[in-house]
Amino acid sequence: MEAKTLFDKIWDAHVVHQVDGGPNVLYIDRHFIHEVTSPVAFLGLEKRGLKVYRPQQTTATPDHNVPTINQHLAIKDELSRNQLDTLSNNCEKHNISIYALNHKWHGIVHVVGPELGLTQPGMTIVCGDSHTSTHGAFGCVAFGIGTSEVEMVLASQCILQPKPKKMRIVVEGELKTGVTAKDIALYIISKISTSGGTGHFIEFGGSAIRSLSMEGRMTLCNMSIECGARGGMIAPDEKTFEYVKGREFAPKGADWDKAIEKWKELYTDVDAVFDSELLFWADDIEPMITYGTNPGMGIKITDKIPTGEDLKGTDRISFEKSLSYMGFKPGESILGKAVDYIFVGSCTNGRIEDLRAFASFVKGKKKADNITAWIVPGSKQVEQQAIKEGIVDILHEAGFEFRQPGCSACLAMNDDKIPAGKYAIATSNRNFEGRQGPGARTMLASPLVAAAAAVTGVITDPRTLM
Amino acid sequence: MPIDKFTTLVTPAVPLPIENVDTDQIIPARFLKAVERKGFGDNLFRDWRYDKSNQPIADFVLNQPKYQGKILVAGKNFGSGSSREHAAWSIFDYGFRVVVSSFFADIFKNNALNNGLLPIQVSEEYLVKLFATIESNPAATFEVNLEKQTFTNNTTGETIAFEINPYKKQCLLNGQDDIDFLVSIQKEIASFESNKR
Ligand code: SF4
Repeated sequence: MEAKTLFDKIWDAHVVHQVDGGPNVLYIDRHFIHEVTSPVAFLGLEKRGLKVYRPQQTTATPDHNVPTINQHLAIKDELSRNQLDTLSNNCEKHNISIYALNHKWHGIVHVVGPELGLTQPGMTIVCGDSHTSTHGAFGCVAFGIGTSEVEMVLASQCILQPKPKKMRIVVEGELKTGVTAKDIALYIISKISTSGGTGHFIEFGGSAIRSLSMEGRMTLCNMSIECGARGGMIAPDEKTFEYVKGREFAPKGADWDKAIEKWKELYTDVDAVFDSELLFWADDIEPMITYGTNPGMGIKITDKIPTGEDLKGTDRISFEKSLSYMGFKPGESILGKAVDYIFVGSCTNGRIEDLRAFASFVKGKKKADNITAWIVPGSKQVEQQAIKEGIVDILHEAGFEFRQPGCSACLAMNDDKIPAGKYAIATSNRNFEGRQGPGARTMLASPLVAAAAAVTGVITDPRTLM
Repeated sequence: MPIDKFTTLVTPAVPLPIENVDTDQIIPARFLKAVERKGFGDNLFRDWRYDKSNQPIADFVLNQPKYQGKILVAGKNFGSGSSREHAAWSIFDYGFRVVVSSFFADIFKNNALNNGLLPIQVSEEYLVKLFATIESNPAATFEVNLEKQTFTNNTTGETIAFEINPYKKQCLLNGQDDIDFLVSIQKEIASFESNKR
């Protein structure tokens, strides 16, 4: 048999039809929807007089627009409220499961799917949201789609897609203390740039990747699209099976045994060929932070901001524009810079492990006076777990505010916005101009780097306090 | 929404000689809270078209009555940024049917084609000439022939060929979109499902 990559195995098994001179008709096992990119798809469906073809394969949860305090009250912003109501109505009308605000399973769509066991190895998963790549951590082909494609999935459980190219990124060796999955992600993007993965689907491998927890793997796959890739994935192993086992929608009993047997086939054959391959060494990775306005502008926290001397033409102009937006000077050190806001949360780093890491770091310390900090769980289940484990008590004692689940300050479509000109260390995934609010200055980093700045008030290497 | 049939088009064009027009400029994020695909045309290039007090900015091309037509001619690298389909919707809803540029962002191109908006990629040199033609005579017309895949500058008579995926071309010509197609093969999808189980 022809040697195949993990990606090929899953993709090929889901091709229903090949259009002449056109794309593949790809079957979708699991579809997630949220309030922003779905309403027009439902309208389109209704205009055509179509029903949702497989409603049990779609799951909804509102996340982008939700407030993260006082969730028991009516949403104040009329447009946001309307989007949430529309999602609920559409789901009711079409028999789709929805975990609305205050439901015990509510949360950010990419946190909810895995924790409910809806995300399983070998699946094709799509959502009208670019960070659907998160689910690739389970050995899935998972990627973001546009609203027309959301409508396609609702109408037929399929989408039309050309098959992307394949890239393998291997990280070998042991990660140093204080280095997390987020640092691996920021390190890789800083090396290959925000377009290094364009047109490709990435498989991550190597001992450093295998050593990551499922949460860590999700963080890494989540950010795979920030290097331009269609998505990222990691072959499932015992850790994956252990994570899925016993979750609400995971297979049970004899079905579980059958599933495991199939999932064990999900790996890249030894002789399989990738369109490109890259190798990195774990001991070259340090805690990272971004200094500019795209996720590729990251440095080791102990490094200096680049001088940009080697850049030419429009690259030079955009580098300078970026630095002036951030209020930084070429060649200066980033350590010791003042910070105003800390945001821990999002589908990148809003899981229980992230809260644990943050809490164990700040335990017994105090939040710096100049810092406003928002610690936002990725889901209701994460919130409840954090309460149960005493994490919330630790946070409160150290002077931190623990909020309610949602996308929060990741994209400033809700009330949580960073004011113009203020500096924020965010554990989310995008530091574009205005992403966290008009004029907001975002620096992306891990929960540990965020914690170190939260207690010192300035950018600090977390290893000096550990 | 089923897309409009596209065959040939003869129309003047609106010039937008700016590079790297990203989706945030085409339609700012604050307009993504709508639940209907309505009125997006009103917010096309919102922050370039209107000032803070919602008064039209006279300089901007869409506010200059001399520029009319169903073709938008834009500078290099059009449509980069987020995957929001709202960008394609707003251009279509405003009344454009064709966007001409020397380079398009991938996702934008797909989203445009999925919505009956034809992206035509031309060379840098041809683009420069197009801007020149429109500048000297804003009423100058252009002809787009999808069947033949040609674009003609009626002033200079210069015709060029453009590329389009053959499947997408058929969709546009027949006014059929992906969803019509997918629904038409539903039997095949159902049998795929039963084999899979
Ligand atoms: S947390 Fe941020 S990146 Fe994730 S789904 Fe929400 S808005 Fe998108």
